[in-house]
Amino acid sequence: MSEGQEDKRIPIFVDDEEVKVDPGTNLIEAVAQAGKEVPHYCYHPKLSVVGNCRMCLVEMGMPGRDRATGEPMLNDDGSPKILWVPKPVIACATNAAPGMHVRTESPLVKECREGVMEFLLVNHPLDCPICDQAGECRLQEFATDYGRGYSRFIEQKNVKPKRTRLGPRVMLDDERCILCSRCIRFCEEVAEDPVLGFTDRGSYTTLTAFPGKELANNYSLNTVDICPVGALTSTDFRFKMRVWFLKETDSIDTESSVGCNTVVGSREGKIYRITPRRNDHVNDTWMPDSGRALYKEVEAENRLAAYSIEGRPCGPDEAMSLAATLLKGHRVAIVGSGRLSVEEQYLLRRVREAIGGGPPTFLVGRTGEGDGKLLSADRNPNTRGAILTGLIDELPKEDLHDLAHLIAEGGVDTLLVAGEDLTMAGVTRDQLKRVQIVYMGTHHNDTSSVAKVEIPALTVFEKSGTFVNQQFRVQKFAQAVPGPKGVLFGLSNFTRLLDTLGGGKRIAPSPANVWAEMSGDVPEFADLRFEDIPRTGSVVDDARFAHLPFPEGPGFHFNPKRAETIAGA
Amino acid sequence: MATKVVERKPLSLAERSYLPQIVSGLRVTMKNMFKPPVTLEYPDERPDIPPGYRGVPTLVKDPDGREKCVSCQLCEFVCPPKAIRIIPGEIPEDAETAHVEKAPEEFEINMLRCIYCGLCQEVCPEEAIFLQDIFSVTGTSREELVFKKDKLYALGGTLPDSHFKWEKKKSAELTGNPHH
Repeated sequence: MSEGQEDKRIPIFVDDEEVKVDPGTNLIEAVAQAGKEVPHYCYHPKLSVVGNCRMCLVEMGMPGRDRATGEPMLNDDGSPKILWVPKPVIACATNAAPGMHVRTESPLVKECREGVMEFLLVNHPLDCPICDQAGECRLQEFATDYGRGYSRFIEQKNVKPKRTRLGPRVMLDDERCILCSRCIRFCEEVAEDPVLGFTDRGSYTTLTAFPGKELANNYSLNTVDICPVGALTSTDFRFKMRVWFLKETDSIDTESSVGCNTVVGSREGKIYRITPRRNDHVNDTWMPDSGRALYKEVEAENRLAAYSIEGRPCGPDEAMSLAATLLKGHRVAIVGSGRLSVEEQYLLRRVREAIGGGPPTFLVGRTGEGDGKLLSADRNPNTRGAILTGLIDELPKEDLHDLAHLIAEGGVDTLLVAGEDLTMAGVTRDQLKRVQIVYMGTHHNDTSSVAKVEIPALTVFEKSGTFVNQQFRVQKFAQAVPGPKGVLFGLSNFTRLLDTLGGGKRIAPSPANVWAEMSGDVPEFADLRFEDIPRTGSVVDDARFAHLPFPEGPGFHFNPKRAETIAGA
Repeated sequence: MATKVVERKPLSLAERSYLPQIVSGLRVTMKNMFKPPVTLEYPDERPDIPPGYRGVPTLVKDPDGREKCVSCQLCEFVCPPKAIRIIPGEIPEDAETAHVEKAPEEFEINMLRCIYCGLCQEVCPEEAIFLQDIFSVTGTSREELVFKKDKLYALGGTLPDSHFKWEKKKSAELTGNPHH
């Protein structure tokens, strides 16, 4: 914030307490800045304001001014006279104005909330024991905090459709719906796929998908996140685990270079769901559905979980020493991955330096069609990390025919592959069989099956580190669950290999230590410590790479600097 | 330290004969011989269990044979020694109790951990778990003492449902206040 913006802030009075807010802030956010809460259902900071839940009613008043003279009206004791609006107003649709007074705890406001809660609960089923939202349900929370505490309703509740399938990933329970319309607005405004709407009137109002349509877009599960009650539930997470058991860990979505901020919910080493984490600079409060299923790779059938030499299980030290023998003094080629963390890519570069002789290094590029939102064209989460750390100096290609050529010519004895399946990148199995392969990766694949040494690696959920997204924003992710039994912790695979190769100074296998090393090596990271990277990430200078034609098109909070050039190319 | 000599009274004739002592002792013996016994011949005879006794936790079914547990996992959450383990599951849509939607796929109580505190019974919103009158649990292996769902239902039997919440729900779906 610059000085000029600081001056523009306006004073308002929340329960007689002065707080300065930006002009245009609505009262829900303004009151939140005063450290108080205005309960609300339909209001969502990233959606338009409709004001149909009526839960955020507050009393509002402005200091009076004499119409004739324009002088401030004063009470007998000389304090400014507040002209209170005779009826409560909804805080979400009221913007703060200079000198505005707000009452959030007056008897009238309390009575309003009790009334609204009572109406919302009239037709709400007593489903909490079987409802997936229980524990993170706004209706439960506000019923306890602001509700009447008992029911006067003796009539029969309305019956509405339950267990309705809205789309492949979303289930709807209409009885639980409180008609906040957040999901409808999300589909219209963010997903740009308007398929939801209300039918019928009054207490029979029902949320449905339009006839012949279904909620199937790649952002559909965000409606589940923003649903304040359990009306919309995820078919994947439905009835799997109660939310109060889940340990929440900050993570990053690895499916593209957008790097959506996520929260991983796990219990006892098993991941149950991935939800978006708010970051106003990257993904607001959204994430694509495709990124939420990525946790399944942790317990996949083909997970690589043991160190082995030619298929024979062995200890990590044995695997490392054989790997070092295969790498040292031979003609080596290295294949890195844009899915490795920045730290791993840097350590791989150090491994390359320890091998010596400047072995050719490749990275497997992955591109897809960007959707202009939170799925970019570059499907590697960390291509920029590889470039920043000096592992590669040009953009990766999807097809490694240069490497295939090199192998075919017999120019390679040993191939160090970190986390990629080369048969998917244009190198044939027969070609791979001609070289000795040291494979580090999370899963079995065609490359690992012909590898001499297999070194099991950790998925993004099992280690801490950083990724650099399309904005050159360094974002941290934390370890959510422990890795498979027997796999070395954190960055140990790389640091041990480095030690075995005789890489000089030993590096402790933690991201903070690797960052301490990197800050001297990578100019962009010179002033950055791992510990200092905030939750929202830290943008580094990209001037050195302005010449590279990155494939990403515009998306949320991202406008490629070279858009014209790419379009022209 | 000064010593004090305590004078010892000489015993009377009756005391010296021991007879009064023997008689009073026999009186106690006789009295107990003809009183009804206070002990139980335990394995053959069983004590009366007072209401509210906290015995082995069990799962119960309602009079229609529907399992009452909906696997909300509140007992698992509240259990102080973490003896309860539940894997929630979904009731298939064609089942008779499909309107309940959720039932436990597996329900385990580790009786080696259970401390019979009764918090699970207290917290259950569906009145599905009860500490009943079984007080003696034995087994020959650890696995045997981890009670599974079928064993818990066998021990629990049927208890009347005083709310009929789900029956009311089903009848409302069939008749009352329909959506058009």
